[in-house]
Formats: sequence, structure tokens, C-alpha cells
Amino acid sequence: MAHTPENVVYPYIPNSVPAIKQQMLREVNAKSIEDLYVEIPERLRLKREMNLPAPFLSEYALRRHVEGLLANNVTVQEYTSFLGAGCYQHYVPAVCDEVNQRNEFLTAYSGRTYEDHGRFQALFEYASMMGELLNMDVVNLPTYDGYQATATSLRMSARITGRQEALVCQPVSADKVSKILDYGKPDMQIRLVGYDKKTGQLDVAALKAAISDKTAVIYLDNPSYFGCIETQGDEVAQLAHQHGALCVVGVDPISLGVLTPPIEYGADIVCGDIQALGMHMQYGGGHAGFIATRDEERFVMEYPNRLVGIAPTVVPGEYGFGEVAFERTSFIKREGGKEWLGTMANLWGITAGVYLALLGPHGMAEIGEGIMARVQYAMNKLAKIKGVQVPGFQSPHFKEFVVNFDGAGKTVREINKALLARGIFGGQDLSQEFPELGNSALYCVTEVHTKADIDMLVGALRKVVEA
Amino acid sequence: MSQQDITAQRYESGKPKLRRYHQARWDEPIIFELSRPGQRGVLVPEVEPEIKEQVGDAFSALPDKMRRKQPPALPEVSQVHVLRHYLRLSQENLGAGLVSDLGMATSTMKYNPPINEQLARSPKVTELHPLQDEETVQGILEAIYRFEQILQEISGMARFSFQPRAGSQAIYTNVSILRAYHASRGEAEPRNEMIATLFAHPSDAACPSTAGYKVITLYPEESGYPSLEALKAAVSERTAGLFITNPDDTGIFNPLIDEFVKVVHNAGGLCAYDQANANGLLGIARAAEAGFDLCHFNLHKTFSTPHGSGGPGAGASGVTEELARFLPVPTVEFDRQRYYLDYDRPDSIGKIAPFYGVVPNILKAYAWVMGLGAEGLREAAQVAVLNNNYLLKQMLEIPGISAPYAEGKRRIEQVRYSTEQLTQETGVSSLDFALRAADFGAHGFLSHHPFVVPEPLTLEPTESYSQADLDEYAAIWARIAQEARTHPEGVKTAPHNAPIHQITDHDSFEDPACWAMTWRAFRRKAQDDHGQ
Repeated sequence: MAHTPENVVYPYIPNSVPAIKQQMLREVNAKSIEDLYVEIPERLRLKREMNLPAPFLSEYALRRHVEGLLANNVTVQEYTSFLGAGCYQHYVPAVCDEVNQRNEFLTAYSGRTYEDHGRFQALFEYASMMGELLNMDVVNLPTYDGYQATATSLRMSARITGRQEALVCQPVSADKVSKILDYGKPDMQIRLVGYDKKTGQLDVAALKAAISDKTAVIYLDNPSYFGCIETQGDEVAQLAHQHGALCVVGVDPISLGVLTPPIEYGADIVCGDIQALGMHMQYGGGHAGFIATRDEERFVMEYPNRLVGIAPTVVPGEYGFGEVAFERTSFIKREGGKEWLGTMANLWGITAGVYLALLGPHGMAEIGEGIMARVQYAMNKLAKIKGVQVPGFQSPHFKEFVVNFDGAGKTVREINKALLARGIFGGQDLSQEFPELGNSALYCVTEVHTKADIDMLVGALRKVVEA
Repeated sequence: MSQQDITAQRYESGKPKLRRYHQARWDEPIIFELSRPGQRGVLVPEVEPEIKEQVGDAFSALPDKMRRKQPPALPEVSQVHVLRHYLRLSQENLGAGLVSDLGMATSTMKYNPPINEQLARSPKVTELHPLQDEETVQGILEAIYRFEQILQEISGMARFSFQPRAGSQAIYTNVSILRAYHASRGEAEPRNEMIATLFAHPSDAACPSTAGYKVITLYPEESGYPSLEALKAAVSERTAGLFITNPDDTGIFNPLIDEFVKVVHNAGGLCAYDQANANGLLGIARAAEAGFDLCHFNLHKTFSTPHGSGGPGAGASGVTEELARFLPVPTVEFDRQRYYLDYDRPDSIGKIAPFYGVVPNILKAYAWVMGLGAEGLREAAQVAVLNNNYLLKQMLEIPGISAPYAEGKRRIEQVRYSTEQLTQETGVSSLDFALRAADFGAHGFLSHHPFVVPEPLTLEPTESYSQADLDEYAAIWARIAQEARTHPEGVKTAPHNAPIHQITDHDSFEDPACWAMTWRAFRRKAQDDHGQ
């Protein structure tokens, strides 16, 4: 272990200057720092220096070190990516980053509505713009991610209905199912309901057979994990309501410039992930979740998260903000609150607000239209390759679609390795996650893909598959 | 007047006077009010004509009922006005970079070095898809792997998962692991009680409760921590485990912590250490030496990643070798040639969150440690403790302010004060004081609920604050304590220098007929009012 020079002054630690430390020790009547740790018994002490790598004390050396590590990554800017499956490459407008790197937002935490007024207003506006996109009146401050939003929506449904069974319509990502299963323990019963193998649409007959007066909620993703736009949402919601259950829909918010908001086909709770709305992928670090409901007390009181409300102040015309019905949370009631509250993902909420303000109604419609067109183009082109079946399902698609390679004589793994050698990240391999699909992959096309990008994929796949 | 005179006027008895502060007040409209039909903030990439031609109507396969009829009523704002709006809002917000944020206690508000932010905002991090071939992400996997090794040494635990997206989710992860452990021994059912302590984050009680456990809360004794006898009375064959902090949010270290762990172990339970308050202990005392089975760190507290106006943070769940098989999938492994993600862990609790956690924050935390090293981390801890005891001395010199429990003893990294006596003498509550502190650019966190310490105020001066910062913060409290005696009304009507004034209509937050959590709900309810 390299040695740190004696009496080094650390730039992040103003009082590491020895003379200052000595003076402060005198102020508190201590001979040494050790005097301040007198309450920690010897037997609990670490009696040696920690064995950590030698530090890079200068900022330059630190930068060299970390950038050296990061140089071993290859990005989606360097290669062309068609990966989705829950994390999406969309264009992030420069103003989104300009705002979320503002030190005032970046380094703030949970101050009060007065001195942190700006944070409250930005988050209220985020919820308000999400409300317009979803056509709903109540939206929470972001939870951790879309998985947590789904898991909490199911728990909320159980509390609202007093029932414990959730019917989860496949296809849902295996990872999301894993999260839901863990979070449902020990009380909730999570039952997976199959899908139509031809259309990829949910299986209404199977749902009818499964639902009972024990069912708290039917959950579906729309678009589904396979990118299929589910068209039977209205029937499902009706079915749920006939049995006294709720209908929860997980939605990709970037689809809502062109697709019908789930509340309009009967959803009671709508949830999802906002990563697509202005967050870089960050190797999966850009996620945040939303939950939206109607403005009814029975829904509002079951949220575990922060809800920001608007209110007047003593000055006429001045907007103030505050926490709505905070008594419901674990911050007030500890184990008696709804689930728990903690640090979640507000910076991404502020950023998604910036994104929606920049895009506006026209931008959101155009981005959706553009994705629909590019997806259709990609599917048409890929379908012409011998041994490749596209799309895997007869359904309208948004952003993602299944490509089947059963006729290609190569595994997805082999195909993706060959694509990688050509500078392409092929679609996510589904052969383990959904074995019934055979040798299939999930491809993703967004507004970042040009005709040339898609044509390059088609050309590369043709070479790989037909070789 | 000469330069020197102006300078002299800024001091009194050799000490700087309190600054004449006023926060930005933009009286900024709600973004919907900025909307002008037709304005655009950004244009989206056009679809090439060849694609349009080839595809025709991209919506032909979509049933009409699934096509949105009315565009979302989002604001239509030009780009400069979107930027200006958010810059103004940012100015009406106190970040830890802008102010001495030691009043935001239990949160370990420390300096967030911009170098770490720049590194994490490199395209080499931001433009990585989590499902890329492992060959193409060796750099970020190596950073995650190395940071896990660092936390192993800092805590003495065998393995970590960074999947939890903040501290509370890490607590929940540890609850799930603990449950899986008991289930593996056929004891999940009978062990349905979890023990927590009061002076800890509410999630130490709320997460076990969410997972279906009955929670038993131990209250502090005179010492500031619960008695061993109370713990012995609480444990039984129903005990699944203990969730505890040390030091508690009072900054008081429980010297019997290893005895606590033994009592729970003897009853067949496991012990989880909430290390939210680890900042004074880096290189001093670890989870392993006290015998813990699980622990968690908040990377956005102890390891310097910014709090993001309330997240994303990052949580790190640590476990002993025996419990490692239950960690969420995947783990990051190294086979001496390459780094890889290991999903082949049949006993895993599965997924807690998508992918691998808040990766940019893991990288920032790694960079923070690599900029300090073992000695630097210990220096951070020691200076944090020195700062805390220095501030404690100054705060106790303010008449009417006390630090309940363990009187005269040293505190570790924070202190929960009480203004009870001052409040009794002046009628000004600790909340009033905290609101007035905003007029000087300072936050003041009171306490988590319930308020066992009456009229609480909690302060946590990490290593990031200078002696002058501490002096200034104490001087603010000395000033407002004095104000409470001379003109209490001015304190009770605070803040005066913040972006907005007091909210009086608290029905707006509690009454379903009034509350409005979106602009559309607010407009609708306001119009209903007019209609009546």
C-alpha cells in the first residue's frame, strides 16, 4: 500500500489543516482526536489501517485513473444499438442535462417548501405535466424505478380492495416478475396469466377463467414487453371491475403522444418508468418510477410516496407548495405508514419535467409517430431476410418487436456476437427468458435510429444469417 | 469611504457579522402559464422520406380506440423560456454546494466534488446500455467490482449488492435476505417479529412492516440507547432479526452493540446494521467487529454522491459469507481475465430493481474513495467528529438549548438538540426557529417522528465544513434565539427572506376537496370554487 504523505491537507476537508485541528481540539478540551472517540470500546475498534488501494490525491491523477477504466467501455455512440428490454436509448435534449447538473438542484436534498421552493415547484410541475400526458389528476413524486412503481401499485390495489391476489398478464419481463414476487411476500399471491402465442395479445379467456372474488388487481404492460400494443385493455378493465378488482396498467410514457392513455380504457392505476423522458441510460442508472390515479381519497391515501400539493401563501397571488396527506407515510407513522418513504429519484423527475416542457404536445406526438414509422420500416425490411421471422407476433407494435431466428441455423448468441464484430448491439436474447419463443430476440428502434442505421442492421443480419 | 472602512464594518469584536442574506425570489409562474400556442422547445428528428414512402400509414394496424384523440395538454414554450424557468427555480433552492448544509442532519450532507460528477457524466458511462455484451463494459464492471472490494474492507462484510437504489430500498433488500435465510432453515413462519430502535430512520421499522413483520420498537433510556434488558425482554423464538443504527440519530454511540448482537443471535435472529450514520466511523469501527450479519450504506450520504433534490441516491447491501447466496442477482465477478455478471445464483432473492442499481453514483462513490484512500477516509471521519463536538460546544452556549441524553459525553457525527427551555421561555417552537434560519440561508432538520426529544433540532456537520462555517451556523442560532426573546413575532412569521412566505391554508394539503397535486386538479378545483 502506497503511503499518503504526512500532514497532507485534503481539498474536500477544510479542517484537515493541522493548525486548525489543533485549535479546534483545544476549544473542545480534547488532547487528541482519540479523546472524541472515548465512547467506542477498544474491542469494537479496527486496530489497523484499512487495506484500501493507494489514493490518487491530485484531481488530475484521479481523472486519469477513472478515465483509464472507462476507456474499456464501448458506448452506443461508438456502436449502433438495438437493445431495449426496459432501458431505452432516446435523444436527451441538452437543456435536460443543463438543468439536472445545476448544483442547486443536484446537491439539494429535502429542505422545506420555503427555502427549497424551486425544487417543490419543479416537482409539482413534473407531476402536472405527467398528469396531462396520462390524463390523470394525481401523480406521485418519482419512486425508484418502474419495477417499484408496479410492485407498489399492486400493493396499493391490495389495500384498496382488501384482497391479496394479483393476476399479472404475460408477457412481462422476467426481472420485473422477480421484483413483484419478492415485493408481494408474504401476503400477496401473484399469478401469471398467459398470452396469445399468435398475436402476443393478452389472453382474455384465460383471464376470465382465473379471476374471482379473491382478485385484487389485473396488471398488464401496454405496450407489452414484446412491444405489442395491447388492444383489449377496455375488456380487461371491464372484467376487473365486474369482479370488484382494479385494473393497473404499466405504460411507456413516451408512447402517449400517439397511444390512448390507459385511464381512457378503464385503468384505475397507471404506472411505469420515466427513463425514456430525458434520462441517459447510464448502464441502467437512469430509472425512476411514476404512479398515477384519479383524485379520489381511497387512492390518494394508499400512496407511500411524497405527493406535492399547491397552496396559497399569506401574500395574494403567491404560489406555495407542501406535502399532501403526509400522515399516511412512514415518515410520520413508521411501521404504521403505507410501505415506506425514503430518498427516491427526484432529480430524474425534475428532468422528465424539463423534457415534457421542451417537447410539448406536438413534440410528443411527433416522437411517437416517428417511432411507429421506424419500427414498421425496420420490421418490413428485416422480414425480407431468409430464415428470419418478423414480427414474432401479429400485433401493432411500439418501439420493440420480437425477431425469431429459428430458421437461421444460428443461436441469438452467435448472431449477436457476429453483429458485435460489425459494430452492432443486436436485440436482447429471449431464448432463456421466454423459451417458448424459440430462438428469438427483442429489438428496439427509436427516434435516434436513421434509415441508414436500420439498413446497416438489415445488411449485417443478412450477411450473418445467410452466410 | 475607503476600502478598509467597508471591511471594518463587516466585523464586530473581531468576528464577522451575520451576512445580510436574501434568497432569490422570482415569483415564477407555473410552467403552464408560460405556454403560447405554437411555440416549440425542441424539434424531434424527422422521419426520412424513404421511410415514410415505404411504410405509408404507420398506424394502419392500430385500432382506432388505441389512437390518442386529443394531444396531451402540455405547455408550449420556447427553448430559452424553458431554460430560464428552470434556472430561476434552481435559484430558489438551497443545495449543499451553495450553502453550509449541516442543518440537513441524518443525511450526511457533504461536499459533492464536481470531478466525480464529470466522470460519471462521461458518455463512457451515460451511453451504456445495461444489456450490452460484457466484453464492451469491462471498464464499468471493473469499477463496480473494485468498489465492492472497498466496501468489503470498510465494513468487514463478505459481499455487497449495489442494486438497491437508495438506503431504504437497501433496508428492504436486507429484510428480504433475512427472510430468505430463515426460510432456508424452515423458520420463515414462526419468526415473524423484527426489532427496531426509535432513534433510527423510520424505514428501519417501515421496511420490515411492509414485508409483513410485526415490529417491536425499543425506546432509549437515559443513556440515549435502549437497555440490554429491554432487548432481552423483546427477543423470543419469534424474533427474525434486529435493525439498528449506531450511533443513533442522537450521535450517541452504543458501546454494548456487540452484546445486543449476541442477544439476538442467541435467540436465533440475525442483525442488520443501518450504517446511515457511518460517517464518523470510517476506519475506526466496522460492522464485522460488532458481529453483524448484514449492513447497508447510503452512497449518497457517507460516500459523497449528491442527493439530487431527493434522489437518485444509491444503496449498498452488505452481508456475511453465509448470507451471500441470498444477494440479488446479478453479482459482479472477476475470473482473473474478465469481469462478468453472475445470474447463476439459485438461492438469490431475485431482483430488487432493474439491472445493477444507480451505476453513475457507484462510480462517483468509487472516485470519492480513490481520491482519499484509507488515511483520507479516516481523516474525513475524524474531522466530522471534531466538527460535531466543536459545534456542540457552541450550540450549548446558547441559553435555552440543550442536548438531551448522555450529558457531558462526546458525540460521534451528529447531535439531536432541544430548544425546549427556550421554547418555554419565549413561546417560539423549534419549527419556528428552523423557518427563521431559512432567512439566513440555513436549513434546520428537526427530527424523525415521533418527537421523543421535545422541540428537536438535529445538526450534522460533516468533514466538509470549515471552522468559519461552523461559527457562522452557531451564530445564526444565537441570533434567532436572541430574537425570540426580544421580538418573537418576527421569528414566528418567518421566513421573510425566502422565495415565498408562510402558507397558512393547510387544508390545501389535508382536505380532499381542496388538495391539488397537479395543475389540472388545481384549476378544476379553483373553478369549482368560483362557480359556487
